[in-house]
Amino acid sequence: MTRWGMVIDLERCTGCGACMAACHQENNLAAVGEEECARDRGFYWLRLLRQVSGSGSNLTVRYLPQLCVQCDDPPCVKVCPVHATYLGEEGIVGQIYSRCIGCRYCMAACPYNAKVFNWYAPDRPGELERGVNPDVSLRPKGVVEKCTFCHHRIVKAREEARIAGRELQDGDVIPACAESCPAQAIEFGDLEDPDSRVSRLAHSSRAFQLLHDLGTAPKVYYLAEMERGRDEA
Amino acid sequence: MKPDAEFEDTDLLRSIEESGVGFRVASSLLMLVILGAWVIFSRQILQGLGVTGLNQPVAWGFYIVNFVFFIGISHAGTLISAILRLSQAEWRRPITRMAEVITVVVLAIGGFHPVLDLGRPERMLNIFTAGRLQSPLLWDVSSITAYFMASTVYLYIPMIPDIALLRDRGTRPRWLYTFLAWGWQGTPRQHAVLERAVSILMVLVIPIAVSVHTVISYIFAMTLQPGWHSTIFGPYFVVGAIFSGIAALLMVMIVLRRIFHLERYLKQIHFDYLSRLLLIMSLLWFYFTFSEYLTAFFGSEPSEMRVFFYKVTGPYAPFFWGMVICNFVIPVIILSFRRTRTIPGIFIASILVVIGMWLERLNIVVPSLANPRLELATGYYIPSLVEWAMFAGGIATFILGFVVFARFFPLISVWEIQEGRELSVAETSERLESYLPDPAPASSSTVEGGG
Repeated sequence: MTRWGMVIDLERCTGCGACMAACHQENNLAAVGEEECARDRGFYWLRLLRQVSGSGSNLTVRYLPQLCVQCDDPPCVKVCPVHATYLGEEGIVGQIYSRCIGCRYCMAACPYNAKVFNWYAPDRPGELERGVNPDVSLRPKGVVEKCTFCHHRIVKAREEARIAGRELQDGDVIPACAESCPAQAIEFGDLEDPDSRVSRLAHSSRAFQLLHDLGTAPKVYYLAEMERGRDEA
Repeated sequence: MKPDAEFEDTDLLRSIEESGVGFRVASSLLMLVILGAWVIFSRQILQGLGVTGLNQPVAWGFYIVNFVFFIGISHAGTLISAILRLSQAEWRRPITRMAEVITVVVLAIGGFHPVLDLGRPERMLNIFTAGRLQSPLLWDVSSITAYFMASTVYLYIPMIPDIALLRDRGTRPRWLYTFLAWGWQGTPRQHAVLERAVSILMVLVIPIAVSVHTVISYIFAMTLQPGWHSTIFGPYFVVGAIFSGIAALLMVMIVLRRIFHLERYLKQIHFDYLSRLLLIMSLLWFYFTFSEYLTAFFGSEPSEMRVFFYKVTGPYAPFFWGMVICNFVIPVIILSFRRTRTIPGIFIASILVVIGMWLERLNIVVPSLANPRLELATGYYIPSLVEWAMFAGGIATFILGFVVFARFFPLISVWEIQEGRELSVAETSERLESYLPDPAPASSSTVEGGG
């Protein structure tokens, strides 16, 4: 069985935000506007966590692209009262928009704050309405949504492989964020397959998982920045 | 019990039989407030939860705070009245009815709050069609439903003889009392059945009541979030619930005593006993709070410490220290000294405790959400007009519940007062005698070892 996973190399990441924009476009995320963002209701499935340290000429800014880490033991799934969020067979944590009652318990329980809520009916002003991706379902107001690891691309890649009469290979599936990354910092693939790029990188000595001590068993790995002789943190 | 004749306690029925302008004015004003709240709330139904002050890290706010708060108050009633009945505390007689009314009214209000909080309230029934038993939210639904059922029955059954009394006096609306009296004639058999039902219910209702607030605490404690993931949350919540419940009961008793001139029934001694109970609960609350925060502080896990300092010195410091002052410092001072343990003193202490317990719920819900583990910036939460309106609406519904109840039913159990007067003096002295040591054995039969 496939177990989808992702590796993000922080050494390569430039913090450009292309992944964020691509994710937004690919997955039909609502455009909530400046005002709502100022009220802490920014809409994202993937965001850049920013850490600023030092000051003046010594200022260091670090970025960490953060998305749902697709836990193997997801705290959000445990608390959902209606089975609207679930752990799929291939390890992706899904959300059933038509069943979600909008209690936001999963958001309160997620240690990664990876879920977002449709506070209003989603709005796609102007050109955005025409740019809607037909492969991804639109969400109504009042439900929770989250990163799906571009599940629709997995389905598509599998179909194409089947038509071509071959097995799905490493590199066949590329999520929107990985595709858009100019520094090629994001790798995606099967963690179960020992020869895939993700599983090799996930075993690298630089690899770590976010909040791995909580025992949620994330399937998104990060590769730590290399030492550069400058002050840590 | 003599239902037909004039009896000593007719003044308990005065509010029902001679209801006047007061009832109409009070109930219309309260309905106006409730209607206003719903009109403001309609914005949320039309536009979505965006009209609240909630946001991405702080996904829960006033609705959940008030849910926990109101359900906490509900422990006043059934639990206290059941414990007092069970322990055969004779002074309970004029108190139990009011306590039970608080429970039923407040449970209906509190239990409705999670629905206000839903993004898709019309899908609420998914909880039954697609419910997952693993979710603490489902434990909550089961437990609160059971509590509501049990406490409604527990309020109603001891009311039957009083309803029959009203029926026999020809009080209007007659159909209501005839229907609700359920054919009560006051026969010895009926009395035996009633007593039996009450004694089963009072035993049944205690574990349900304890489970309700335990399970509410589990909503928070079962997550991994700092400040929530705590093993003492169950008992901590139950203690807080009983604490706020007694305070609410005292408040209600003092107000109703004034309005309906119940000074003959609710005497200094009742307030004295109940306020001692309040004092004990205040100390117990402090003990739990101290243990909870000391454990977090001493371990000093970074994520726990962020929540800790957010409350103790950060943006929530006014609410945190306000809570400590309202729940512990002032009530303990007032209730410890006989000079200040007067009815006005108790009234002040009770109001403070109710406010303090509301602040406690706020302190539990918001700071943990505002300080998520990964977030480098802290969240903030400012409730919107809609949330304040629903809060006011909830309080107005509580008062309206009492106004309507007092209009149709006696606030003090008439038959239990009569029973107390007629039977329990003899009963109690008999019981007291049974506590005394047995008479000394006759001097002739000296005790000899072995045999």
